[in-house]
Amino acid sequence: MGDQTRVETVEQAKQNQEYAQALTDLLFQLADDDFILAYRGSEWLGLAPHIEEDVAFSSMSQDMMGHAVMFYEMLEELGSGKADDLAQLREAGEFRNAILVERKNGTGDYNDDPHYDWAYAIVRSYVYGLHKLVRLEALRDSSYAPLGLVSRKMLTEHRYHLMHWQVWLKQLANSTAEARQKLEAAITKVWEDAGELYELGPHAANIVRFGLITGEELLKQKWLNKTKEVFEGAGLKWPGEPGKPQEKGRSGEHTADLAIALATLSEVYRIDPAASW
Amino acid sequence: MTQVRNEGLEAACWELLQEVKDPEIPVISMVEMGMIHDVRVEEGAARIEVLPTFVGCPALEIMKKNITEKLAEAEGIRDVQVHFVYDPPWTSDRIAMDARDKLRSFGIAPPPLDFKPGDPWEVSCPYCDSPYTQLENLFGPAACRSILYCRHCKNPFEALKPIYSHD
Repeated sequence: MGDQTRVETVEQAKQNQEYAQALTDLLFQLADDDFILAYRGSEWLGLAPHIEEDVAFSSMSQDMMGHAVMFYEMLEELGSGKADDLAQLREAGEFRNAILVERKNGTGDYNDDPHYDWAYAIVRSYVYGLHKLVRLEALRDSSYAPLGLVSRKMLTEHRYHLMHWQVWLKQLANSTAEARQKLEAAITKVWEDAGELYELGPHAANIVRFGLITGEELLKQKWLNKTKEVFEGAGLKWPGEPGKPQEKGRSGEHTADLAIALATLSEVYRIDPAASW
Repeated sequence: MTQVRNEGLEAACWELLQEVKDPEIPVISMVEMGMIHDVRVEEGAARIEVLPTFVGCPALEIMKKNITEKLAEAEGIRDVQVHFVYDPPWTSDRIAMDARDKLRSFGIAPPPLDFKPGDPWEVSCPYCDSPYTQLENLFGPAACRSILYCRHCKNPFEALKPIYSHD
């Protein structure tokens, strides 16, 4: 365990190239997960079931995008490029997010006949949120001290996101037969991708060896335990072992959905990257 | 090679910062919110450390701008750098006691004091002080605020979420 020395500053991190590489890889996973799901959340604006939910969902998406910004800024400090460029100018193949967060919200398009799946939005946000909770708790003890600090801050905010999704999950689970059936279908769909969430990608061994975060198996078990508790509390059937998508998001393999999302979200920025906002 | 801190100018900065209000709650200053963590002035350069309440807060850039503009008024300050820091993390117990009354007068219920994980969040109405309130929406117009309703005086109102350390 001799590699888990505490690293206090970015300058210190840069002194060990292997360490900096592992840290960079992990940060891209953290940043891209939050960024892409926050974008998907923003696509609900004006389409959520009622106006209060429009406001709530936007507020949480904005907060989650703020978390992504913190991770991108840490990458900027490590020399990966400008934070804004990292979010808006990379190609899909450079993204390290899990496939679950990039899936479209449903059929149709934001501007063209959207038939988005509200149950899917709830289950995806909640299942991802529970994973994020476990991940942030693990990051509090990260060997990279700045990452521990920001995780601590994010945790205080993230718990409120989870409380919000908890209310929705219970409401849908105890509502009409149709709501229940849509909820169960959404769980099945989310579960097909969910098994990729806790993966740490091709550099997992180094990420864990340097003490940046705990290993995949522990992350998985803690996340499954929490999710099980939540599902049982809502009277939902446990879906069993989570599946994994065909593409490996953590290695930069993505669905066509991501490329379309990136083109849309970066459209304005690409027109004039030098503009001041 | 440490620079000499100018404590007189630092005090002047704190004084001016009292006038920088929270962009979304104009009755309360960022100092009263407990968001100003540190002020250092060395050779006319001011470095202000600010603790964000919520990381994704869209008002952060406005706060930065307002602080910079306000401190430029100080005689002897030639440069202002605003940095957002996360150590210590902002918690709602940092809000000044008398500022809690100002929040109430503005129609926003302040967060409970000494909140511990697992505690029930009980909110009294900022208008009539009734405990008979209900949570309408955990997320209001800003991530740090929730929307509630008073069943006694029938007013809707907002409340600042308790943010507490988990360590």
